[in-house]
Amino acid sequence: MSLSDEETRQLDAILGHYPDRRAAAATAMRIVQARRRWLSDEALADLGEYLGVTVAELDSIATFGNMVFRKPVGRHIVLVCDSFACWSLGYAELRAAVEAELGVGMGQTTEDGRFTLLPIVCLGACDRGPAMMVDDELHGPVAPADVAGILGGYA
Amino acid sequence: MTSRPGLPGYPADDRPLTRAMRADGLPATIDDYIAAGGYEGLRRALEGLRPPEVTTMVTESGLRGRGGAGYSTGRKWSTMPLGADAPHPKYIVCNGDEMEPGSFKDRFLLERNPHLLLEGMLLAGFATESDEGYIFLRQQYDTAVVAIEHAIAEARERGYLGKDVLGSGFPFDIELHVSIGRYICGEASAMLNALESQRANPRARPPHMTGAGLFSRPTVVNNVETYMAVPGIVRHGPDWWKGLSVTDEGGTKIFGVAGRVARPGCVELPMGVPMRELIEVHAGGMLSGFALRAVSPGGASTSFVPAAQIDVPLGFSTMDEVKSRLGTGTLVLLDDQTCPVGMTLNMMQFFAQESCGWCTPCREGLQWMAALLEDIEYGRGEPGDTGVLAEGVWFMDSDKCFCDLAPGAMQPLESALRLFPDDFARHVAEGGCRYRRHGSDAPALRGTTW
Repeated sequence: MSLSDEETRQLDAILGHYPDRRAAAATAMRIVQARRRWLSDEALADLGEYLGVTVAELDSIATFGNMVFRKPVGRHIVLVCDSFACWSLGYAELRAAVEAELGVGMGQTTEDGRFTLLPIVCLGACDRGPAMMVDDELHGPVAPADVAGILGGYA
Repeated sequence: MTSRPGLPGYPADDRPLTRAMRADGLPATIDDYIAAGGYEGLRRALEGLRPPEVTTMVTESGLRGRGGAGYSTGRKWSTMPLGADAPHPKYIVCNGDEMEPGSFKDRFLLERNPHLLLEGMLLAGFATESDEGYIFLRQQYDTAVVAIEHAIAEARERGYLGKDVLGSGFPFDIELHVSIGRYICGEASAMLNALESQRANPRARPPHMTGAGLFSRPTVVNNVETYMAVPGIVRHGPDWWKGLSVTDEGGTKIFGVAGRVARPGCVELPMGVPMRELIEVHAGGMLSGFALRAVSPGGASTSFVPAAQIDVPLGFSTMDEVKSRLGTGTLVLLDDQTCPVGMTLNMMQFFAQESCGWCTPCREGLQWMAALLEDIEYGRGEPGDTGVLAEGVWFMDSDKCFCDLAPGAMQPLESALRLFPDDFARHVAEGGCRYRRHGSDAPALRGTTW
């Protein structure tokens, strides 16, 4: 597998934002991940070739960032905020409701490949806690009874 | 107080951070912003001020960094090399990483008032003769990303950003960088590594960033709200800014309240407003059935303030009096039905998880402290454990760690041991927790890389 024309076009467009190709690596990973959902070894190799960076160097960045996925994930990423404000406002009940609705635990993907459930540190939405995100949408405050309805909106 | 802009009863000019915000909650457009007096500070600078004069105004205003550390903004800018011999490019970096638990003001500002940030960064660029700006945002701030991207496009189209800003001959452009994650990226020097696509470990200082920062060039790094304070200062002058506050520290600030209150949210208020007024008036007070026990005043790395001391004015120097810090100024309340040991444990697990692993006290020490707290919370604690925790607090002093992460983690722990000794003792004596909301409930993904 190599970079698609569309991926190459998007990557070319961001190179100008940084003084050299290497510095674009983190953003380049976000772009390819947005299209492929996760970064396989092949994807890193493709990116390494494009950026002139070794795969090991890319992996050193990838494994540092918690939002770079090096394993397959579902179509939608569910993040449940576990920081102390949400914790005090009902995180445990929210997490239990999400896990029950999806039938998976933290770090797992539903069998139909629809959702991956992950923990997240403070979403900066303490005034809306307990909060969760599905893809790029913030939800909060979320009562356990609201969970099924929210998740049902994501195909 | 649901993130309502401004404050009724205060004159319009007294809420410079929220003045341009729309009532419908959508981001202020460039026309909304200009109608509210936006970009007037920039015009004033371009038309009649020399760069060092802008820095002098910011210094004289007394503006201190709104990201939590409280360093003088003008003093920081004044260390940037100026003139023909200065190295270029020079950079203006905005820290919009806001990942410290209990911090939720920058989200509000970024989503609602993006042009105020652009103008503040433009003025920083003008004052320090810099060439380019980067806005570093965390990945989960998608709504802010859209707002900022749109604002940058609007500003370029109208000539506020680009090779010749408003025909003045000053070239300055701003790029948006979205993080791939981790709390440590919010540490200013780690952020520069992240922007360069390096592993985001903090850097050794010296050199200071204004000497050798992003890509080893002179760089100013400030928080979102700090930049947003600058346009008003340049437009109306330092004395105007100083006159806005209740105390002598100057200006307004975004404060917030989260927890069991009637109206959680963010609001712009004069610096020095009493913590009690924020909780009881603006946030509507505690919900019935809950009493206030303590306050985490400005993020998880600030010490708890007991309910008996909430008459303290919210300011940099005043918070010293209650052995805490202003931090981000967004309060998270500990109520009487929530276990203080459990809340501290949650914070410590966060810090242990987010240690970048670079230095040993932080990487190893925080894990042990979190494990010890977990033992106490779950009834496996022993009588000497709090003494071991107190010793750990002493040991993690800032001269033993590479950056401020671990010393910051010690602040809630030190204050919890000081303010809630009976709770710790009871957990050990009774072999567990009797609070309604207790335990860590923390996810376990340790050692798993996604």
